[in-house]
Amino acid sequence: MRRKWFYIALSALALSALVLAQGRYQIGSPLSEQEVQEWNIRPSILANGVGLPPGQGTVDEGAKVYATHCAGCHGATGEGGAFTRLVSEPFPITKEVDSVDFAIGNYWQYATTLFDYTRRAMPFATPGILSNDEVYAVVAYILYQNGVIDESEPMNAQTLPKVQMPARALLELDPSTQKRFPWIKLP
Amino acid sequence: MNRRKLLQLLGKGVAAGAFVKLSPGLAQGKIPQGATDTMKILGPTLREYGERSEFEKDVIRYISPNLRSRHTGADFAPLEKLEGIITPSSLHFERHHGGVPNVNPADYRLVIHGMVERPLMFTLQDLKRFPSVTRTYFIECAGNGQNGYRNPPDMTLTATRSRGLVSNSSWTGVPLSILLKEAGIKEGARWLIPEGQDAAAYTRSLPLDKALDDVLVAYAQNGEAIRPEQGYPVRLVVPGWEGSIQVKWLRRIQVADTPVMSKDETSEYTDVMADGKIWAFTWVMDPESIITYPSGLQQIQRGFHEIRGLAWSGHGRIRRVEISLDGGKTWKRANLEPAPDALSVVRFKYNWVWDGKETVIMSRAWDEKGNTQPTQEEFFAKWARNNRYHYNAIQAWRIGADGKVVNGDKTLAGAPAQLGVVGRGGCGGES
Repeated sequence: MRRKWFYIALSALALSALVLAQGRYQIGSPLSEQEVQEWNIRPSILANGVGLPPGQGTVDEGAKVYATHCAGCHGATGEGGAFTRLVSEPFPITKEVDSVDFAIGNYWQYATTLFDYTRRAMPFATPGILSNDEVYAVVAYILYQNGVIDESEPMNAQTLPKVQMPARALLELDPSTQKRFPWIKLP
Repeated sequence: MNRRKLLQLLGKGVAAGAFVKLSPGLAQGKIPQGATDTMKILGPTLREYGERSEFEKDVIRYISPNLRSRHTGADFAPLEKLEGIITPSSLHFERHHGGVPNVNPADYRLVIHGMVERPLMFTLQDLKRFPSVTRTYFIECAGNGQNGYRNPPDMTLTATRSRGLVSNSSWTGVPLSILLKEAGIKEGARWLIPEGQDAAAYTRSLPLDKALDDVLVAYAQNGEAIRPEQGYPVRLVVPGWEGSIQVKWLRRIQVADTPVMSKDETSEYTDVMADGKIWAFTWVMDPESIITYPSGLQQIQRGFHEIRGLAWSGHGRIRRVEISLDGGKTWKRANLEPAPDALSVVRFKYNWVWDGKETVIMSRAWDEKGNTQPTQEEFFAKWARNNRYHYNAIQAWRIGADGKVVNGDKTLAGAPAQLGVVGRGGCGGES
């Protein structure tokens, strides 16, 4: 009896060894790059600009987009309303600034984050309705309101990753994280 | 008295007679009117899905009246009304960034792509076919304890509002390492960018090393499907790390060589330090503990009490929990029951007879790496007063001579104006 179970176990082992010959279970459907793109409806924008789409927007155009889609929650010029303020001083924050006054110009460390988040999750109740041009434009407007870029500077895949945010100078990696993952470098 | 003598006494009717004699007034008032009613009529029938007693309906999550939206923000698990170590799924704290999506499992897919040999798509059934693991892990919002940043302290604080953004569940799922091996990681890949299927399309960056270590792609919570507000049908469980990286409604994992620096790892979930710097990727949750009984806004009487509370650490197993009954002057070791699991909430207990004198009680946890909780002063020597996350200083409860329990934290000198009244941003759960 014991011997019988031994052989059953042995053959089960042999079978799973066969299935796992490549260290894989062969579960899941392979996707083509085309299919991946169809699934990836909100592509991530990396800090180096990888993932930014074609298109462009100016501060003037952005003012109109902002008034239509953003001002209701964030105030007429980004000063905050029912929801988070987008513009606040000083640039960057100090440890005396109350966290209600953390905003894009004084706390956000990467300009690419603004494009990624706006296209990903805004407007709050109807995310995804803005075109890429509209997102570039409203990003330009918000950066201008925060004193980060000039009025004449359009935002696109080339210009946006080059924008320096004041709070980036304050950003450091948590030292205990650095110790555990020595290879991490903040962009 | 041995068993034989006891039986003899019982046989003579001594014990029974004494009991009756000692309870002359029982029929007149000590027996509640309704106590035997249920024995006279048939009770309700079998039912397909159980509900708790109608008399337990006040055990609910705390939702702050100051929230600007219930689509984003957080609510608290009612810690002082719970026992044991598992948080009932219905009472697990919530934190959302764009409401709770209603995901149909028939339409659910998880895609792994980017720096992989084979981009793969999994159905829910696919995920359930893989070898599974079940582990008990806590999940804690990085903003848990945010009320500790208030100065002067909030005298209406309860254990729930002090530390209720932590919950503990049994999670079942497939190790993410298995799925990554299935897709084949390419040379040079270092990061994963998981994305949620909510209206915020929530994303974060997770180091590949951690994913290969112990991260779960979970589809069950406490034995049944994950609750919608906890990520139905599939979420990441990242043991010991802040809740915000444990992406819910998981639909996509991009394998990359850099982090994404998404909004929720830059403008939120970064920490302002006492030197004015901002720290990124403060992932691991430091040790914490909270006495849930007696705790804020409760009332106790003289006599025996089992002090009860919860402790946990993202660094590993809780090694011991200490109780102070004299405002932190001396510390005694509490009992841990049941035996602690690593990266799970543990329950601590301490037998105490209260003499009716005003006192301040505290707890502090120690984990297996030797980490413990700071005092308020020690905490603010490292973290800025205007920071929002990772508050883990020792919580004190003051018990008055009248038995009323209130927040026993100190008002600290040199602090800025009262923080936390309006507009803190969703993570702390209060506004």
